[in-house]
Amino acid sequence: MDLLTPDFGLLFWMVLSFSILALILGKFGWPVIVSMIEERGNYIEESLKKADEANAALANIKAEGEKLLAETKNERLEMLKEASEQKNRMIAEAQAQANIEAAKIIERGNESVQLEKDNAVKEIRSQVAELSVKIAEKIIRGELKDAKAQDDMITKLLDEINIAKS
Amino acid sequence: MSQFKITKAKLVATILALFVSFSLPTFASEGLTPEKQEKEEVDMKKLIFGHISDAYDWHITTIDGHHISIPLLCIVKGQNGWDLFCSSKLGHEGHYTEYNGYRIAEEGEPNAGKIIEVSTGERPLDISITKNVLSLLMSCALLLIIFLSIANKYKKNNRTRPTGIQALLEPLIISLHDDIIKPSIGKNYKKFSSYLLTAFFFIFLNNLLGIIPIFPGGANLTGNIAITLVLAVITFLLTNIFGTKEYWKEIFWPEVPAWLKVPIPIMPFIELIGIFTKPFALCIRLFANMFAGHVMVLVLIGLIFVFSSTLGTIVGGAVSVFSVLLVVFMSLLECLVCFIQAYVFTMLSAIFIGLAQVEPHHSK
Repeated sequence: MDLLTPDFGLLFWMVLSFSILALILGKFGWPVIVSMIEERGNYIEESLKKADEANAALANIKAEGEKLLAETKNERLEMLKEASEQKNRMIAEAQAQANIEAAKIIERGNESVQLEKDNAVKEIRSQVAELSVKIAEKIIRGELKDAKAQDDMITKLLDEINIAKS
Repeated sequence: MSQFKITKAKLVATILALFVSFSLPTFASEGLTPEKQEKEEVDMKKLIFGHISDAYDWHITTIDGHHISIPLLCIVKGQNGWDLFCSSKLGHEGHYTEYNGYRIAEEGEPNAGKIIEVSTGERPLDISITKNVLSLLMSCALLLIIFLSIANKYKKNNRTRPTGIQALLEPLIISLHDDIIKPSIGKNYKKFSSYLLTAFFFIFLNNLLGIIPIFPGGANLTGNIAITLVLAVITFLLTNIFGTKEYWKEIFWPEVPAWLKVPIPIMPFIELIGIFTKPFALCIRLFANMFAGHVMVLVLIGLIFVFSSTLGTIVGGAVSVFSVLLVVFMSLLECLVCFIQAYVFTMLSAIFIGLAQVEPHHSK
């Protein structure tokens, strides 16, 4: 039958054109397409992996940042606490110091007042003594105008000393 | 909502127009005289085979006895050496003319429809650019353009998402390459993948072009035994040339009880026949499927003319409704068959090549 006998002309052209087609596509078509698709697939896969990694890293950084922030907050609180403590202590110390100083100043004042007083008393005493001696001298001069009175006096004094001696 | 109505109306109008246009020839033939009508009796066999076999010119239609066709190039080598001329010099079907000592054989003669030498009646060496050859060359050019441009697109920018025809064909290429060729052949797949991919797209494109009823489609290329034969022979050669030692050992000394091998080598004989039947089946399967699809569509269309010439216009008109619906259905089915046949050919070729790539199994 005509249908089942291959025609030579068609066979010839088929062999020729199909081999040329297969050779050209085999050299410049399929290898390029397949390798490029594979390459792109790998690239996409890698990119996704990298993105995942970056996300994980970002999450890490975030967590670290939060941790750092919390730490800083704590530190600040502690520092504030310490500062207030120190302030209180300093105030207390200053107060104590001031008290001591004040006490000292008062004491010194007291001392100098006492000294002045003593000095004044001493001076008054010596003046009183002087005055009394002068007064006594005058009185004695007046009483011992005669010799007899002098004698009586001496004797009386001697007696007194003696009595005092015995 | 209104848009929907318009499209619906358009659809109805289109279908009606289709039916009317298909019925027109029947109305035309009604006015003919009885003798002429007898002459117009539809010769289904001639009609169908005229459409699916090769020709020296690309016939488009015949209006009032005028043939409208694309003349093609005839290249023959007869007794007087090479000759090159236009196919229109040889006339048209029904009134062939002689040219330069060549003519086309009439029906009933040996080599009917082929160029023969007038003096001897023998066939010259004929490598004319026939309808099928032109279709073959055009499809090869189309394949080259498509796939080289795709390859170029990949080379230029491999980082963007695929667009256009690249996006259309990429999944096909990938699934063929990764799901058929690689697993069927095994580790040596790279040597064969180019042929298998080329074969798939060659068959697929030509199958699809065959469905298109008018130029540049319509040539029944993959339903031609010469084309499928060449493809099957290439698969055969690749299978056996690159077959491993183990493959040949399994053919000539298979692991079967000894009495099946000596003294009468029954199994080796069966295996040896198997080498040839496998590609033969490939060749016939593709040929027969595409051939049958074309015949089915042509028969359904032909029914309109048969009915209208024998039972009258009204019956023919009624038949045309069913025929057209059936042809639409068959054509859709053919689209599926186009893909399936290309797929099956590629898959079986890959499997046959893969079977010849066996490694000796070391297990006991």
